[in-house]
Amino acid sequence: MLLITCPYCEESRPELEFHYEGEAHIARPLNPTTVSDEEWAEFLYVRSNSRGPHRERWRHLHGCGRFFNAIRDTRTDKFIITYRQGEFPEHEIVEETPK
Amino acid sequence: MSDFSLLTLLQHTLSNHRKWPKQWRSPAPKASYDVVIIGGGGHGLATAYYLAKNHGPLRIAVLEKGWIGGGNTGRNTTIIRSNYLWEASANLYDHALKLWANLSSELNYNVMFSPRGVMMLAHSIHDEQIFNRHIRANQLLGIDNEWLTPQEAKQFCPVLDIDQNRRYPIRGAALQRRGGVARHDAVAWGYARAADRLGVDIIQNCEVIDIEKGTDGAVRAVETNRGRIESERIGAVAAGNTSVIMGMAGLRIPLETYPLQALVSEPVKPIFPCVVMSNTVHAYISQSSKGELVIGASTDQYVSYSQTGGLHIASHALEAVNEMFPMFRRLRMLRSWGGRVDVTVDRSPIIGKTPVPGLFVNCGWGTGGFKATPGSGHVFAATIANDEPHHLAAPFALSRFVSGAFIDEAAAAAVSH
Repeated sequence: MLLITCPYCEESRPELEFHYEGEAHIARPLNPTTVSDEEWAEFLYVRSNSRGPHRERWRHLHGCGRFFNAIRDTRTDKFIITYRQGEFPEHEIVEETPK
Repeated sequence: MSDFSLLTLLQHTLSNHRKWPKQWRSPAPKASYDVVIIGGGGHGLATAYYLAKNHGPLRIAVLEKGWIGGGNTGRNTTIIRSNYLWEASANLYDHALKLWANLSSELNYNVMFSPRGVMMLAHSIHDEQIFNRHIRANQLLGIDNEWLTPQEAKQFCPVLDIDQNRRYPIRGAALQRRGGVARHDAVAWGYARAADRLGVDIIQNCEVIDIEKGTDGAVRAVETNRGRIESERIGAVAAGNTSVIMGMAGLRIPLETYPLQALVSEPVKPIFPCVVMSNTVHAYISQSSKGELVIGASTDQYVSYSQTGGLHIASHALEAVNEMFPMFRRLRMLRSWGGRVDVTVDRSPIIGKTPVPGLFVNCGWGTGGFKATPGSGHVFAATIANDEPHHLAAPFALSRFVSGAFIDEAAAAAVSH
C-alpha cells in the first residue's frame, strides 16, 4: 500500500484514504465545437502511461476531500513530490524514450 | 529435434531423462528479418508460430527483453472462456477457444488444456438478468453458455453453498462447459518450440531500445541492446510495455498499465472441479493440476510498471474467497505476485495497423489476455502477413477510439476490474 502525503493536510496517510484520479494536467478543450474527432480521442482516451516519473491526480477522499497532483515514478511506485492544485513544480522528467 | 511421443519418452527413460535436447535454439540476432515480433510472451510467440506456419516462408525473429513467458503469460490465473457479450469479442475469443481444443496436438506439446467448465455465479436479480442476456447473446452466435439453477450449479460444483440465507446467496449460475484452464508456461514453451522448429529465431535478453523509421516514415529497423536489426515489418506484442514501444515510433496510444495480482495456496487434494467466478463478491478461483487453489485479485487503482500491487488488494481477494467458501479460511497462501496489465477504456484489445507504415500492434488485452493467446496470435499473424486486418481483428482497430465504435466489454466484464 502506498503512503501518500496530502499537500493540504501536510500529513502522510495510507493509500486507503485516497482515490486515484488518473493522469494530471489534461485540459479540456476550450472551444469544443471546433475540436476534431482525433483531438477528442486524444483528450478523452490517449494517456502518456509513462514508465518512469508520471504526473497524476489524487483525491484525499477520506480526509480533506481535496484534489491534488503528484509526480510518482511508476517503476518503483515512489512519490517524488505531491503538490497543490494550480501549482506545477518543475521536475526534470527523464523520458525513457527521447522522442 | 524429434516429436514427443510414447516411444521417445521410453527411449529417454533408458538414459534417465538426461539426454533430452534443448527445446529451442538460442541464436544470435541476424542483421535483418522479414518480420520482427517485439515481446516473447504467449501472444508474441503464437504470432510468430502462425506467421511461420500459415504465411511462410518468412524470416522471423521474436525479441524478448527478459525470458519467454516471464511476463503476464507466467503470471495469470490461466482461465479460458469465450462467453463475452459483444459479437466482435465473443467471435474473437471463441476463435481462440476452438484453437485451444486442439492446441496440444497442433504443437506436439502438452499445454494441459482442461475444459472443465467456467461457472459464473449470480447473487442478485441483476446478476441473473445480466447473465441471461449474456447467455442469449452467446447462444445466438452458436457459443455454448447455459443457465443453471442453484441445485444444478451445486451438482456441477459440489463445494458451492446454495443456502439462500447467506449474505450473498447463489441464485443461479452461467456455465460455459467448453471453458477451463491450461498450463500457462507450457503455452509459451509449446509455441516457442513449435515456432523454433519452423525456423523462427527466439532471441531472449534482447531489449528493444529504439525504433528507426526511414524518410518515408515507415519502420526500417529496431535498435536493441544486442545491436541493430533491420525489418520492414514490426509487430509489437509487449502488453504493459506497449506505450513505451509505441513511444519509440513517436506514437501515443489509448492504453494504461496497471498492476494485477494473483495468489496460489498450498496444494490440497482435488476439491474444486471447475472454475468459479463471482462478480458481486469479486472472486475467481480454480484448482491447478498440482492441487493449488489459484485465486485472482483486482487491479490496483494507479498506473504502475512495478509488477507489485498493494497488499490490501490481495487480502480483499482472500476475503471474497472466504466469503464464498468458508472452508478455505485455514488454507495458507504459498505465493502471490503481480503482473502489469495494459488496459483500454472499453476493456477490449487493440489489434492491427498503426499510423506508422510497417508497425503493427497487438495490445490492450488488459486483465484477460491469456485465454485469447492462440486466437490473438492467429489473427495478428494474418494481419501482419497481409498488411490488412484479419476479419475477426478488424473491429479491434486503433481507429475505434476516434470513430467511437467501441466494443464495450468494460460494462460487460465477468469480473469488474
